[in-house]
Amino acid sequence: MNSFPIIRVITKILIPYILLFALYVQFHGDFGPGGGFQAGVIFASALILYGLVYGLPAVHKVAPPMVIEKLIALGLLLYAGTGVACMLLGGNFLDYDVLEHNFLTEVPAFLEAVPFKTDHFIPTGQHLGIFLVELGVGITVTAVMTMIFYAFAGREQVA
Amino acid sequence: MIPVEIIVIPILTLLVATAITIARIRNLWAAVMFTGIYSFLGASWMLILDAPDVAFTEAAVGAGISTFLMLATLALTPRRKKNAKAAKGRLAGHLSSENFQEKAPKRSPIMPLIVVTITGCALIYGTLDMPKFGSENAPIQVYPNPSFVEKSQPDMHDLPNVVTAVLASYRGYDTLGETAVIFTAGLAVLLILRKNTKQDEEHDLKLAAQDEERIMKANESKKGAVS
Repeated sequence: MNSFPIIRVITKILIPYILLFALYVQFHGDFGPGGGFQAGVIFASALILYGLVYGLPAVHKVAPPMVIEKLIALGLLLYAGTGVACMLLGGNFLDYDVLEHNFLTEVPAFLEAVPFKTDHFIPTGQHLGIFLVELGVGITVTAVMTMIFYAFAGREQVA
Repeated sequence: MIPVEIIVIPILTLLVATAITIARIRNLWAAVMFTGIYSFLGASWMLILDAPDVAFTEAAVGAGISTFLMLATLALTPRRKKNAKAAKGRLAGHLSSENFQEKAPKRSPIMPLIVVTITGCALIYGTLDMPKFGSENAPIQVYPNPSFVEKSQPDMHDLPNVVTAVLASYRGYDTLGETAVIFTAGLAVLLILRKNTKQDEEHDLKLAAQDEERIMKANESKKGAVS
């Protein structure tokens, strides 16, 4: 698509906003609409758009297939790992309440000038659990969608 | 306030029109674009039903990624011989509409039409004893009691999004399964579609040769033992 300057320029302008929106949907999913799956798909579609317009080698530089391949498994591991972490902390599998931790219950000296909230410095257990789990979903979905795109785009026409 | 019907009825009409067009149109390139349009209309419809999560997914997967995958498939399938020469080397020529004209089916459409009509009637019959749309006595409003909407606020320490709370926390185990499904499906697609590098192929050939050698040797030693 080297010969379509308008598409190239528009893509370049759009991609940062698509990525930003994906991150917003991912990390604001506990408050607004959205979550890991939606964010993953939106993030992957930004990568796919980049690959379509600038070619496969360009997008391979941004997201190397070797890395993306591993991310497929990493996302699922993060999800299951959160569950196992809950078990190690003495709860049931995926029982996020045990992730609740208050560290920094006293304000450290160097932060005394700053208005500093000591309670729940780490988000509450449920919140942290949901955050990690959704992140896992997001990573897996992004990686799967991107890898499928790579697999399709890397093939040549039959006969 | 504008009644919802003013938006809903045109969208549903367009959905039906798009669906019929997809079934009738013989140009595959256009059909793929129509499936994209169908997904966007679907996404708008979800948005009206207050399901922005689903609308996001429908717009990104249905209109974006799956449309791309269909186009990629079209680009990978062989063209009609007649046009192949003329279009050689030009992307625009390659994707030009004459190349993706589907042949008209030879069989009569009456039998499928009957099957579809009966199935459709059965589905509509099935909806007859469902509660009215938006009815407050519908099981989904009555059960569970107290509802997740009421329960999740104290349970989740004021996490406002009930959908996320249900998906990731109350039904966390289900979502783990779903993620595993995406993982497995992704792996399967990759195993089928992935292009082997030359190195991989050489490695495979070497392994196959080794296997053959081992089998030969085993057979020979068996023969030796028998005789």
